[in-house]
Amino acid sequence: MSMAIEIKQVSKSYAGRRVLDRFSAALPAHETTVIMGPSGCGKTTLLRLLMGLERPDAGQIDGLPDKISAVFQEERLCRPFSALANVRLVTGKSVSRQIIAHHLAEIGLSGSILQPVRTLSGGQQRRVSIVRAMLADSDLILLDEPFKGLDADTKNSVLTYVKSKAEGKTLLVVTHDAAEATALAPVDSWIRMPAIPAD
Amino acid sequence: MTAYGKLPPWTKLLSVLLALLVWQLAAWLVQSHLLLVSPWTALVRLVILSGQGSFWLAVFHSLGRILLGFALALVTGICLAVFSARWPLMDVLLWPYMAAIKATPVASFIILCLIWLDSRSLSVFISFLMVLPIIYTSVLQGIRSTDVQLLEMAQVFRVNRWRRLCYIYLPQLRPFLVSSCTVATGLAWKAGIAAEVIGIPAGTIGERLYQAKIYLDTGDLFAWTIVVVGLSIVVDKAIVHGLDRLFACMESR
Repeated sequence: MSMAIEIKQVSKSYAGRRVLDRFSAALPAHETTVIMGPSGCGKTTLLRLLMGLERPDAGQIDGLPDKISAVFQEERLCRPFSALANVRLVTGKSVSRQIIAHHLAEIGLSGSILQPVRTLSGGQQRRVSIVRAMLADSDLILLDEPFKGLDADTKNSVLTYVKSKAEGKTLLVVTHDAAEATALAPVDSWIRMPAIPAD
Repeated sequence: MTAYGKLPPWTKLLSVLLALLVWQLAAWLVQSHLLLVSPWTALVRLVILSGQGSFWLAVFHSLGRILLGFALALVTGICLAVFSARWPLMDVLLWPYMAAIKATPVASFIILCLIWLDSRSLSVFISFLMVLPIIYTSVLQGIRSTDVQLLEMAQVFRVNRWRRLCYIYLPQLRPFLVSSCTVATGLAWKAGIAAEVIGIPAGTIGERLYQAKIYLDTGDLFAWTIVVVGLSIVVDKAIVHGLDRLFACMESR
């Protein structure tokens, strides 16, 4: 098993409040890793550090690739534009319209491809953001509670979609749901983040 | 009234008719063509004037100059706002100029600029000067209120600058740009025509207004004022419609 990314003794605080305390982990390349932990234990902060949106106060992260794609906690879509255009924003012309349309159809968005994203439901917007992350040219895919707000049936089809598209890619998924974690990766690929004790 | 509390469009037409009625009543009470002509008299003068070639030449000269000033201010204002958003020091350096332009009476600028510029360029420059701070301030505010979460998304996905502009910045700037253009067109017309009335360049609306004042021709004064108000409304609607079409076209890709 080759190690793609090594998180070494990383700490991060916001306004004096510690959210990550000397956290270490290794993410194997071309495999799915699931991060679990109680609310406020620093899961999203860890993803922001991996995305390069924050710098750690201490410690370091080695082996981070240049090309990263992500599903954020929020959809972060360009609301006046269509689902197709939102995916094209990150893929450029390297992925054809037909392929994007095929991916969107695969998770039940065939009828909403050209609709402005602002007219889609929360669950539909979530799925657009998932397709965007899976189709972008990346060496590391970070998913922050990607199935939040999806009903049971949709969640199953999206889980199947994510698993099939992530094959052979380095994927890191943050979730609270043990069933989702089980569906995505074997238990020995789970990282359980400890709760940060109050200062 | 609609569900959103907006009145239907025909109520605007009704308000115009009501205003004309008030004007007619006032003219009837004043009973002096020198002080206040009736809407009918003004309309008759307008019809007579519009039959003359010089009327259309004056309209096109003034329209061209004021639009040129507006367009230059739009481009300059957007460029300066982009630079100021990128380098905040630039906003600080520009602040005294923008504050002075906003606060100084337009007549002061016109008289001062008349010393430096020829009367034909005056309305271009004055329109430019009056529109610039409105566009600059509004666009800068729009850029600064751009959704940080979308910018982070673009950073993570390494979205290039051109796409960031088209997908993130421009859609967020849309309401700022539309509202500032609406305010600025009215101001450009007011200031531009004022510059023409003081500078009196030949063959312009300002010159015709000045002549109407000299010869106490209140009918012509009102007719030309109607022309200015009409042009200002048409230009405003055209710009807003053009911007709406541009954004709609961009978003439908």
